Amino acid sequence: MLSGVGISLWALSPWWGFVPVAFLVAAMIHQAPAKAFAAGFLGMLLAWGGLSWWIDWQNSSLLSKQVAVLFPLQGSSAALILLTGVLGGLLGGVAALAGSYLRISKSKME
Amino acid sequence: MRIVPFLCSTAITVALVAVFDRPLGKVPPLGAFFSPQYGFWQNAEPARQDYGGTLSLNGLQGPVEVFFDDRLVPHVFAENEQDLYFVQGYLHARFRLFQIDLQTRAAAGRASELAGSKAINFDKEQRRLGMVYAAENALKEIEADTQFRSFFDAYTAGVNSYIEQLTESALPIEYKLLQSKPEKWSNLKTALLLKMMSKMLSGGTENDLANTNAKSIFMPEELQQLYPQVPDSLLPIVPIGTEFPKPAVIPVKPATADSLYFNNKTTVAAQSLDRPDPGNGSNNWVVGGSKTKSGYPILANDPHLELSLPSIWFEIQLKTPTHNSYGVSLPGSPFVVIGFNDSIAWGVTNSQRDVKDYYEIKFKDQTRSSYWFNGEWVPTTMRIEEIKIKDSLSVFDTVAYTVFGPVQFDNRFSNAISADRNLAVRWAAHDPSNEGLTFYKLNKARNYADYEEAISTFTCPGQNFIFASRSGDIAIWQQGRFPARWDGQGLYVMPGQDSSYLWQGYIPQQENPHAINPARGYLQSANQRAADGTYPYFIPGSYITARGVRIDKKLATMSAITPRDMMELHADYFNVSAEDVRPVLLANIQEGQLGLKEREYLEILRSWDLLASPDSKGQTVFQCFWDSVQVSIWKDEISRTNPVAPWPSEQTTIEWLLRDSVHRYADDINTTEVESLAMTITASFKKAALVLAAKEAEGKLVWSRFMNPSVYHLLKDALPAFARKGLAVGGYGNIVNAIKHSHGPSWRMIVHLTDGIEAYGVFPGGQSGNPGSRFYDNNISVWEKGEYNRCWYMRDGDRANQQVKWVLRFNKS
Repeated sequence: MLSGVGISLWALSPWWGFVPVAFLVAAMIHQAPAKAFAAGFLGMLLAWGGLSWWIDWQNSSLLSKQVAVLFPLQGSSAALILLTGVLGGLLGGVAALAGSYLRISKSKME
Repeated sequence: MRIVPFLCSTAITVALVAVFDRPLGKVPPLGAFFSPQYGFWQNAEPARQDYGGTLSLNGLQGPVEVFFDDRLVPHVFAENEQDLYFVQGYLHARFRLFQIDLQTRAAAGRASELAGSKAINFDKEQRRLGMVYAAENALKEIEADTQFRSFFDAYTAGVNSYIEQLTESALPIEYKLLQSKPEKWSNLKTALLLKMMSKMLSGGTENDLANTNAKSIFMPEELQQLYPQVPDSLLPIVPIGTEFPKPAVIPVKPATADSLYFNNKTTVAAQSLDRPDPGNGSNNWVVGGSKTKSGYPILANDPHLELSLPSIWFEIQLKTPTHNSYGVSLPGSPFVVIGFNDSIAWGVTNSQRDVKDYYEIKFKDQTRSSYWFNGEWVPTTMRIEEIKIKDSLSVFDTVAYTVFGPVQFDNRFSNAISADRNLAVRWAAHDPSNEGLTFYKLNKARNYADYEEAISTFTCPGQNFIFASRSGDIAIWQQGRFPARWDGQGLYVMPGQDSSYLWQGYIPQQENPHAINPARGYLQSANQRAADGTYPYFIPGSYITARGVRIDKKLATMSAITPRDMMELHADYFNVSAEDVRPVLLANIQEGQLGLKEREYLEILRSWDLLASPDSKGQTVFQCFWDSVQVSIWKDEISRTNPVAPWPSEQTTIEWLLRDSVHRYADDINTTEVESLAMTITASFKKAALVLAAKEAEGKLVWSRFMNPSVYHLLKDALPAFARKGLAVGGYGNIVNAIKHSHGPSWRMIVHLTDGIEAYGVFPGGQSGNPGSRFYDNNISVWEKGEYNRCWYMRDGDRANQQVKWVLRFNKS
């Protein structure tokens, strides 16, 4: 049921909806900043990269080959998927990093 | 302690989101665009996409079934016509939303809303040509007919029904790239789309402005030579020997015509910025049962238009309990435009007739609020045009309307040098009319009488409607509402200070050129003049002669014709112009003056089989050489005025070379020497050889490499990745298979009117406008190979047929 709520919230949220989520998760789960960044980065890299890979596979790379010409990636679908993953990963990483600092500063204050 | 890194990393996070949330120059917002849930990835359709389903929609009266075949052609089965056109609107939006939105915005002079400030002048010209004014006039006529209006209303409701449920992730990719949103549809937009077709097909078939400049430098007999009305080799649409009735309308030449019009030597500097391609032509032909193997007629049509992705056409079958039509529709408008039903087939080519004239207006003062007409100052009507621009402030333009029409050119438009000449445009497309009614009736027509009735009200752009019926009739009508002109009327800018130069009347519809069941058993049209010199009206236009000559000669000799023979004629690469002119060119080349490489090219030309096939080198050599000859002959003459006078047509040049013995135009008037024809032709060959050598070095001597046949996305160079370039096809504008770079047969259709209806069709594109769909370009390779898809003409009993791949059911909610 929770995942159902999650999916419907997802549909309502803007494209950056995962950013506050990554922030909150990192704030709740205690982790060193570097680890938090890596976890946020990897998590979103896998989420965006994985989802775009899945879409691309089902599409037989028809569209990605063309978009990878508009964005000069020499028509490489793999590069486009990687770029998608890195974009998501970067945002997920910095959001988690910020969240982890919130956690750490709170604990210090306590 | 940790507060600083927290604030820093939070700031970086927020900044990154902000940066990725906004466009960077032409690059769309990276976050939204790359987001796999919202961005372009959502446009990547799974190869196994299911197009079926069930929809409950407001606005329907009953259930409608849509059966998609394996090419994504929808076969729409509705219980009534309103529901039929509702679903057609829904499907056009579902598969072609960006196209119909872009095309109608551009038609209305609103391209700047999507393209930014570079489109301002285009938009101004659309407004000044009166495109919206024309659409509004048409809409009044359309909406006066309550039954017909209900079809437009239903179509509009169908388009909007799709738009309303559209989510951000499902937006066509072009909107994501341009960061724009689709606009709600309206009946006016449908009317605008039809006016876009009017402009495409009748907006560039006159040459009044350039002709006016020609008149300033050439003597009357020279004008006759350079721009003749009837070519020697014309094989007209109406067979030669047809007798025409005495004209019912005899227009009167104004008393001042010689002094104020024909002998007026003033030039005009204004020029149209977006002149439709005069090659927007087409072929159609029909052979009667006496010439076919089966004894049933066969009809063929291939409209030549700009080739684009998505295609201008969308294939569809439209069925109610009372009719069942199949063919191609224009996304943005209901009905089948070119197609067939179980009784008849029809097709169209452009008439190329001149239905657009310019009048010189004298304003009282700079305010343009009144103009001199019939001896008094008459008030103009002002239309204030706001042109909204993407990422910028609006630009305003005020257009003055006169009794003739809008003043297209004045000191505010089109350019600095057009100042002080105020030119109003009189265009048949401004007149109230309902072209859609003709297509609606053709969809349902059962016989010749229905067809004749259907086309009789068609006004603009003038079209050659070709027809065949299962009962064995064949016919063609050049249909439109054409002004009855006095000899020479409207070739040049006309005086606009009194009513004597207005159009005095129209050629009665029954006197339009037509032919029914000729003894010879075939009819054809290919943008040539409709009738020979015995037709009793003055009918100027931008005619193309060569294709008609070839088609007519081929059809005359053929017998026991099958659809396969018609396919071969569609694919015909024979260069009839080259057949005529090559001997003159070869006879005049001074071979002694040629170098080694030049002789090599000459040999290619000499041994060429006259076919413009994709791998032909001869066609490349010929075309470069022939273009060079035409430049050498005419450029010095037509450049005596600025802007230049029109180029004499290719046909005129050929006939002049064959007929004339003095060849005085061969001399370059800019040199003291007097060049003979042989000297000019030899020099032209040497110039062409330089171009050929450069192309050969790039590996482009072969015709298809030289011409680079391509189908561009609607946004052209902005989205090169969505184009399909370098197709392995030949042809040219003067050749039956009229492919030239990004222009040509936009739909090839052959209908054999047998009991079961045997129909074939193909357009270079696909049903879907989405570059992420396998149906975006799946027909290009079929078209490229000169092959066809068999059109599946579905009947009631076929609902369970294996050819049905997906079923989309619509219910009223």
